[in-house]
Amino acid sequence: MAQETEKVVRDIDEVTIRFAGDSGDGMQLTGSQFTDTTAIVGNDLSTLPDFPAEIRAPAGSLSGVSGFQLHFSSSDIQTPGDSPDVLVAMNPAALKVNLRDLKTNATIIVNTDSFDTKNLKLAKFDSNPLEDGTLAKYNVIPIPLTQLTMNALTDLTLSLKEKEKCKNFFALGIMYWMYNRPVEITLKWLETKFKKKPDILEANQRVLQAGYNYGDTTEIFTTRYEVKPAKLPKGVYRNVSGNEAVALGFVTASLKSGLPLFLGSYPITPASEILQELSKYKNFGVVTFQAEDEIAGVSSAIGAAFAGALALTTTSGPGLSLKTEAIGLAVMTELPLVVVDVQRGGPSTGLPTKTEQADLMQAIYGRHGEAPAVVLCAQSPADCFYMAIEAARIAVKFMTPVLLLTDGYLAFGSEPLKIPKFEELSDIPVKFRTEVEGFYPYLRDENLSRPWAIPGTPGLEHRIGGLEKKDVYGNISYEPENHDIMIHKRKEKVEKVKFDVPELEVEGDQEGELLILGWGSTYGSITEAIQHAKAKGYKASHAHLRYLNPMPKNTLDVLKRFKKVLIPELNLGQLAALIKTQFLIDVIQLNKVMGQPFKILEIENKIIEVLGGKNGK
Amino acid sequence: MENKIDAVVPEVKYTAKDFSSGLEVKWCPGCGDYSILAQVQKTSPDFGERKENIVWVSGIGCSSRFPYYMNNYGFHSIHGRAAAIATGVKLANPKLQVWVATGDGDMMSIGGNHFIHACRRNLNLKIVMFNNRIYGLTKGQFSPTSEKGKITKSSPYGTVDFPFNAIKVATGSGATFVARSLDRDPKHMQEMISRAAKHKGLAFIEVYQNCPIFNDGAFFPLTEKETKPDNVILLEHGKPLVFGANKDKGIMLDGLNPVIIDLNDGKHSINDCLVHDEFDDNPTRVFLLARFTDLPGFPTPIGVFRQFNKPTYDDDYVHQIAQVKEQKGVGDYQKLMFANNTWEVN
Repeated sequence: MAQETEKVVRDIDEVTIRFAGDSGDGMQLTGSQFTDTTAIVGNDLSTLPDFPAEIRAPAGSLSGVSGFQLHFSSSDIQTPGDSPDVLVAMNPAALKVNLRDLKTNATIIVNTDSFDTKNLKLAKFDSNPLEDGTLAKYNVIPIPLTQLTMNALTDLTLSLKEKEKCKNFFALGIMYWMYNRPVEITLKWLETKFKKKPDILEANQRVLQAGYNYGDTTEIFTTRYEVKPAKLPKGVYRNVSGNEAVALGFVTASLKSGLPLFLGSYPITPASEILQELSKYKNFGVVTFQAEDEIAGVSSAIGAAFAGALALTTTSGPGLSLKTEAIGLAVMTELPLVVVDVQRGGPSTGLPTKTEQADLMQAIYGRHGEAPAVVLCAQSPADCFYMAIEAARIAVKFMTPVLLLTDGYLAFGSEPLKIPKFEELSDIPVKFRTEVEGFYPYLRDENLSRPWAIPGTPGLEHRIGGLEKKDVYGNISYEPENHDIMIHKRKEKVEKVKFDVPELEVEGDQEGELLILGWGSTYGSITEAIQHAKAKGYKASHAHLRYLNPMPKNTLDVLKRFKKVLIPELNLGQLAALIKTQFLIDVIQLNKVMGQPFKILEIENKIIEVLGGKNGK
Repeated sequence: MENKIDAVVPEVKYTAKDFSSGLEVKWCPGCGDYSILAQVQKTSPDFGERKENIVWVSGIGCSSRFPYYMNNYGFHSIHGRAAAIATGVKLANPKLQVWVATGDGDMMSIGGNHFIHACRRNLNLKIVMFNNRIYGLTKGQFSPTSEKGKITKSSPYGTVDFPFNAIKVATGSGATFVARSLDRDPKHMQEMISRAAKHKGLAFIEVYQNCPIFNDGAFFPLTEKETKPDNVILLEHGKPLVFGANKDKGIMLDGLNPVIIDLNDGKHSINDCLVHDEFDDNPTRVFLLARFTDLPGFPTPIGVFRQFNKPTYDDDYVHQIAQVKEQKGVGDYQKLMFANNTWEVN
């Protein structure tokens, strides 16, 4: 027999939740805990943290709002969702900043305790939005989160401030109840986190449980929702952010190649997590050298490559600019080097915590002289794992620098990675030159790669450097004809990579009216936009570049099969320019430079517009 | 695929010739760099390393052509970055003996940041800085070690810059072996190079080197027979600081200030002189000695200013890796990928 308090459980396919509060409110933590639990209960998911560059902007201010968005579903999803169905707003500023993104009828859970005169003023509200009708079209659930948290902790001896800091876990508890997820995973995580602070541990655990029980027992909530596990392919999964996946990819490449991994790096947002993550893997023999500057980061990696390591440097735009000269040295000395550029909003310091795809031209052309390098990109957080391995494989095989482009959206976003078997991953064969007979530093093999003869090898003592080298022999050469030969050989070598990488695939019809050509992190938005447009009767196909220089050998062939090519990118048209100059074909551009990823709707509308539909725009 | 280096002691007996790459040396006639090359090649057989285990890294400038002439592994890199590249070589394979050949512009100016941080870390690198107090390869602009007021192509009215004192920079940054020598004192230079080779930690040698084209004679007062005794003071461990053709002048301390004393004036004796202590780990002594070049009338010290031991970055790094391997077990793919929360889909 049903009790009075029993709630209706409604099955839904997907939901997008955004947690928002002060940058000191623990929103990133709350979001990532909800994410971990959601991953383990088997939903497909995609996340997008959004936080200010300032570590602690003034409390309660609009600039200090930190958000974490999570989209989870019972089917396959590709993006963190355009607009949240649910907003958890810890203060008026969080409400103000996020209101414009919400779906109509969205649910807003607000901490009413924070809606006092001071905080309303800081958020620049003239009157209390909870009372003046501003939120009339939303389903508002007002909860005195701070008070309820305090009530749950009255008998504990913690300070008021320490108690108050637990309120994010009350909100998390409510959300766990609302979406029918277990609290145990977070309870366990708290145990490890606060092993040495039993007071804080108890407080947080108690508040989390209290939040859950609050949902269960109060009359405020009438419905809870069930999002069934997604029907993902069989296998073992873990949730990864893009930065984490890059780190895992390079450690895997080290295991595959048998080369010790060397990272020379300097902290920079949004790439620092790769350095932090890799510094944990000392038991894998990984050397992480936190250098004195960006230039030393790349230079030390070049030295390590010379000495026979799998050499890596990681950075973002400003750092890539500083590394440019040294990357040219790696081109000239033909050493394997991987440079990861986690792109952020530029130019200059730009928007450090926001995403953009505007370093493409710099990656391909941003060096003095004719200095070709291989450029790859990753298309999703999980794909960062695979492209890191690819970058290492190509660098070593072709003795060349490889730049791997990710961006802030991939770096901080997360999704489940189906953990591949070790044997399923590409091999990275390495052969150091040891035979003395017939050794010349610039004698090339079938890939046009020169031999990797590392210090310590008897009889192969030789000198390399940035001055032009005599073909084959490697001595300094200023001969005009030799320079011409070497320039062409370096170019030809990089171009040969196109025969070593997968062809460009088309998702959807293999020919037709419209092809959407994307690269990097726009993969998810484009995929879902095409699905949405299709549901409205507009058909488009999708090709997505992960190999940018050189592009796959069938790229032109793919482009020619469509009447129109639309290129959405988060810059002013850099891939579009490359396609136009390389293939002499016209393209339609969709560009956005707001530090934010594309919304699905933006691409969907453009597709409809290009196909002559009326409901575009 | 770790690089195998079997023995520290060479099985073969090398001669200086074994360390010549045979490449035609292209410095200007009369350049002090020839002497540095000769002294390095002469002492290399005594470095205690097989020649394939020695790496010379350089930046840009006349001095940085050096690795091409050595028959070791060599890397002529880009301006200022030699110390950073050498750091990567050493950390990727700590068994290698890594040397840096550099100049005053390369190391004190564009590469200054890498230099101070290499010193700070006390990485096991040996840095030989050829100091000619001028930019030679770019044809005669003043350098960060040019004396104030110097007239050069880029300072026709004289520089208004104060110069760096490389010994002070190295000491202040934490180098554990700091020495100075002269291009025209081959025996002394050989001794400095040999000692740097055997030092564990960051060794820095400044060599005053004549540029016959753009700064000819800059160091002649220190190197020519007639003037050298009065202008140079040899630092030797445990010996009093005495100089002059007849060894009749000494350095005495007046508080923290050095004064020159006349040993024949009847008031002072050799017992009043400051006694050199290379192993004093208090850097004050080094700053005191390094300051001589800024004080009118004082002799320029050559020799080892200081040598002391502290843990090296590379040793500590290797140790840390071994320790973590012991604690966590050697990493494998299983440990890597399944370390965090995972779930299975059936």
